Amino acid sequence: MASGEPGDGGGRVAQGFLAYRLIVRMWVRSALAYRASFLMMAFGNFAANALDFVAIMLMFSGIDALGGFSLPEVAFLYGTSGVSLGLTDLLLGSIEGLGRRVRDGTLDVLLLRPAPVFAQVAADRFALRRLGRLTQAVLVLGWSLPRIPVDWTVGRVLMVPLMAVCGAAIFAAVFTAGAAFQFWAQDAAEVQNSFTYGGNAMLQYPPTVFARELVRGVTFLVPLAFVNWLPALWLLGRPDPLGLPGWVDFLGPVVAALMCTGAGLAWRLGLRSYRSTGS
Amino acid sequence: MTDERAGAEPLIEVDGLEKVFSVRRKAGRLRRVRQEVRAVDGISFRVPRGEMVGYIGPNGAGKSTTIKMLTGILVPSGGRLRIAGIDPSPGAGRRPRDRDAAAPGFLRGGHSDRERTRLARRIGVVFGQRTTLWWDLPLKDSYELVRRMYRVPDAVYRANLERCVELLDLAPLLPVPVRQLSLGQRMRGDLAAALLHDPEVLYLDEPTIGLDVVSKAKVRGFLREVNAERGTTVLLTTHDLTDIEQLCRRVMVIDHGRLVYDGGLDGLRAAGGGERTLVVDLERPLPPIEGVPGARTVKVDGPRQWLAFPAAQSAAPLVAAVAARYPLVDLSVREPDIETLIAELYAGGKGADTGRSGGKEGRAL
Repeated sequence: MASGEPGDGGGRVAQGFLAYRLIVRMWVRSALAYRASFLMMAFGNFAANALDFVAIMLMFSGIDALGGFSLPEVAFLYGTSGVSLGLTDLLLGSIEGLGRRVRDGTLDVLLLRPAPVFAQVAADRFALRRLGRLTQAVLVLGWSLPRIPVDWTVGRVLMVPLMAVCGAAIFAAVFTAGAAFQFWAQDAAEVQNSFTYGGNAMLQYPPTVFARELVRGVTFLVPLAFVNWLPALWLLGRPDPLGLPGWVDFLGPVVAALMCTGAGLAWRLGLRSYRSTGS
Repeated sequence: MTDERAGAEPLIEVDGLEKVFSVRRKAGRLRRVRQEVRAVDGISFRVPRGEMVGYIGPNGAGKSTTIKMLTGILVPSGGRLRIAGIDPSPGAGRRPRDRDAAAPGFLRGGHSDRERTRLARRIGVVFGQRTTLWWDLPLKDSYELVRRMYRVPDAVYRANLERCVELLDLAPLLPVPVRQLSLGQRMRGDLAAALLHDPEVLYLDEPTIGLDVVSKAKVRGFLREVNAERGTTVLLTTHDLTDIEQLCRRVMVIDHGRLVYDGGLDGLRAAGGGERTLVVDLERPLPPIEGVPGARTVKVDGPRQWLAFPAAQSAAPLVAAVAARYPLVDLSVREPDIETLIAELYAGGKGADTGRSGGKEGRAL
């Protein structure tokens, strides 16, 4: 996820991680300066996400299967997508606030520090309350794992963490590319949100309930299907609604790497075009 | 003025620096035209180590844009600049044929962020209108962050912090959250934060803006101290002529993106041909003061009268002459404000192609 500035030497990456850690600490301590507010936000974040899953459970009180998927299977999709997005949201989510910093020129302050801007922006306004989303997704995923009809081999067990990491990287690339776009269009955060949070809302449900065109779009255009749909279909032994060859299910890491590289280049291009404000 | 130090190694070298913004402007209902705005238009200067330079000009003249290029925040569109031997954006701004024409822009200048971070360790920056301190945390915490992010050795950090705390009276403020500090206190806090890592250059963008007289004096005293003690080179922009008078032997004036003057402050007054004003309060309303050589009375309002005299002339004989013949109660001298000076300078010096030549004429020491 820290691959936003590709091709840099080890010293620079270390510099980035150090800056990231230091800035995260400052924001966490800033948040704790308003302790009550922090606790309420953290609880609210958790509760809002929990209700989200309750809605799915309520849906299943009336039906047995959704698009051919049982409740544990849908919970598995929900959990994997949620963990991926939760990780990215926690570690990198604040990058969507870049637009505001570009607009009011406070990005200048970050540009004066001896650390990669990407690391600083990723850590900017780090919000520990986002643990709420991640915690809830981990709980749902943990609940689903023993209940889905999977013959657990070593390969299949390893697939679960791999999915989470690749999914997080794919979301990270979307976040980064979206942030890079904000160097030009400072109000573009909503566009990227529709792919991240919106994409997540879609990935929680089986691909079989969506129109084929939409599934095609998130496979080939913005390849969010690699976050959990394709690897999950393989795990659950289900046919791919698009009828793609079987090896496509394992392309997650490749897709993630390509997307991160592209996002890194976009970031660089964006940073160079930064114009600051009048004074 | 700067010639005497020509032998010293220049810490800041700027050659033909340019920054062009392209602005889209509405023209008609749907049509939009691209327009190029040259915010900085071919500026060249050198600043030797240890000098304090005032960088002044009206709003929108290109001061901040220059500072932002010197700090690596903005990438120049043309020209060259080196600070302490570092070019924050190598590969940017040369003529096209000098570039690696095959590579797209974002690959060509790919190391700019790396050079920028290298430069960041060598410079300190204070923006009067923008704090680098952490709003919700005690002042001390912002300094700790500087220590760790710049990897300042413990002994150096302790010594620098102690000195700043002493000179800026920061001791009672260290445990206070920054949001509770007054503007003047915060400015002092920002100054210290910019100096903890021993920068070679200190850039100050309007460091006294909005401060009261006492705070201003404290900030100026501190800057003088830092410059004398450590030989830190200081480049400051300001609208307050007193800042310049008290701190800088050299002034650079920029207008419309060009350097229109580079030299001493007295020379600037002479070049601008401005007038200063002596304001006197008499015991009672009297007819306009007459017969004071070199001055003319421009305004009378009850017991108060305004006398204009050439900016290059000393006020002392005038005061003596008035005091000898009139019942003087109080007096003050008003400097021509920078905006007026520069407006006059620019209107008068348009013939000179660049500022440097205009500046040379204005040399008066």
